Amino acid sequence: MKWTLAIAIFAATIVLVIISWFQSGAIERRRISSADTPDEAVRLLLSRVKSHNWDAAYAQLANSSYVDKDNFIHTFSGDDGSLRTYASLENYDVWPLHSNGRLATVRTKLHYSTAVGPLDDVRDIQVEHEGDAWKVLWSTAALPKLAPQVIPVNYLRWDVINRGAADDWGVQNVDSPRVRIVSMNAVQRPDRIVIVGEIVNEDTVPAYVDVNATLLHADGSAITQENSFDKISHILLPKQVSPYRVDFPGYRLTQIKSVRMDAKSMLVPASADPVIEVTGQKLQKDALGKMVLSGDLVNESGAIVNIPHVLASYYDSNGKVIWVSDGYVDQALLPQTPVSFAVDLPDDIASQAHTYHVVVNSFVNQAS
Amino acid sequence: MRTVITWLLCSLAAAMPATAAELHAPKDIAAGTDFSITVNGDSHGTFYLIGPATAEKRSVENGSEISIPGTDIEKAGNYQAILCSDECVSTEFYVHAAEADRLSLLVHPSRVPVATTNAISAVAIALDRFHNIVFSHAQVDFSVNSNNGSSASHAQPTNRGIAWIRLTSAAKASSAKISAAVGDTTETRVVEQVASEACNLHIKSYWEANHLVVQTDPVRDCSGNNVPDGTVVSFTKTDRSGKTTVDAPIKKGIAKAEMPVVGNARISVASGVVLGNELNVGGAR
Repeated sequence: MKWTLAIAIFAATIVLVIISWFQSGAIERRRISSADTPDEAVRLLLSRVKSHNWDAAYAQLANSSYVDKDNFIHTFSGDDGSLRTYASLENYDVWPLHSNGRLATVRTKLHYSTAVGPLDDVRDIQVEHEGDAWKVLWSTAALPKLAPQVIPVNYLRWDVINRGAADDWGVQNVDSPRVRIVSMNAVQRPDRIVIVGEIVNEDTVPAYVDVNATLLHADGSAITQENSFDKISHILLPKQVSPYRVDFPGYRLTQIKSVRMDAKSMLVPASADPVIEVTGQKLQKDALGKMVLSGDLVNESGAIVNIPHVLASYYDSNGKVIWVSDGYVDQALLPQTPVSFAVDLPDDIASQAHTYHVVVNSFVNQAS
Repeated sequence: MRTVITWLLCSLAAAMPATAAELHAPKDIAAGTDFSITVNGDSHGTFYLIGPATAEKRSVENGSEISIPGTDIEKAGNYQAILCSDECVSTEFYVHAAEADRLSLLVHPSRVPVATTNAISAVAIALDRFHNIVFSHAQVDFSVNSNNGSSASHAQPTNRGIAWIRLTSAAKASSAKISAAVGDTTETRVVEQVASEACNLHIKSYWEANHLVVQTDPVRDCSGNNVPDGTVVSFTKTDRSGKTTVDAPIKKGIAKAEMPVVGNARISVASGVVLGNELNVGGAR
């Protein structure tokens, strides 16, 4: 009995070691260690990046003498408290684009798992035939660096004094901000109902807002309730407008009679900075042929914005909101430095979109 | 014979009812004041005091009075005093609130657009030091002090403990302190009288180091009040490079944005649901 248990534990340990070896991509690295083709060279590089074997990945670059190792590592691991510092490479797809026998281009789609959900990054990687193997020719685009300077900020901020626990009955709080849902549209998608629209802060103080939607039966009873979660700009400055979107997966418009909307607002301390300019907004197809709204974000303030979040609302020719899409940008916004973004939208919606409006949420890590 | 007489006397004594005690409480008792309940008869036994927020039990010795400390009757309302020895006797009395000593002041709303008739309501509830509502007559002095120097006051008697007034907001945006006073107590609330929606939103532009700077004229409402700093003004520029948007907060009365321009551009401005003028500008310099 004593030996049976020991043998069972030993066998389980061996099985777990083998599983973790497979999981770490070691078998793939062994298979393609010679990098006989351009896509094998890229796969080998990415498998080493995935396992954080930075030295081996860096050694595989054909132009390592021109590539700063820290920059190379930061490309995958992020810096300045950006979203990529809270992400890890989960998987990747690789397919060759073209090759002339000496140089080749390989397209990769990197799947990151991040603190806010999955994030994809599409890159075209150059590969060079060197000796009897292919090696990656890493793009040496320098990371933006800021010159030492003083950026004056006319600091504008609201602070709130709330009633204290020791206050008498009748010592009231300041009223909640007045917010209003200015538009709402229920859209049927193949797998869900999507409620999209816009909300405005009509007050003179900042508001923390949230939008709840309840699907109702004909008799007025509730079917289900959802909220906008992160598909909204939660902090609204006075007179600021934010798109919102509430998803109901698995429901169809034919199942419901009406929708009850509920906008909640709360008075919170807030700052009017940072101001983020959204330039070069265009609806176009990306490298994978998907319709995207792309552009650049420019941080006009002096502080680093660690995690920018882009929300876009699309309008038809009558000015009605027909779709809201969003996306996180995995690079931090340094002051005055443009960073590109792209948020996708369904092709059928794109054909109806007449104009659009982009707002940017900014998450600033105070410690950075 | 003598035995029979003794038996009859004992039976008579046993049949006679015991003299029952009676309790008498004062008619006018204020919350928190010491007082006594007069006892006619034997006061020996257990004393109970039951009130709106208290229930007390204690033993009392022979005497003509049962003293009740003020701490036992801090809550206004009906009380019942019970004395039990062989049998129980009781009395009821009412404790009213003490002198008005504090106020609860409810002012609504805390932000109001300028020049709005009867937009502000101030309600004062007179309370004694034990938080009982003072139903007796009290005079509440309301006063309004604006940070632009103007002030006004009005005395209002309470009705069943409550005094209220309605106020029209000032024509100029300012912060108003609304106070209510009773005795030595004063309570203050702050109401922001704020500008309404932006009116005649107007932008102009100039070039600065190859960038087009677009800025608003001082943003005011239709009464000429400055729209508060921090109010967001959205600039939208459309040119050959695409569309550019900036949500810029008003700072020191104006909102400003800097934009690169490629070729001819059209620039529009909006604040909330209010639209401003449009500009057509030429290419970069």
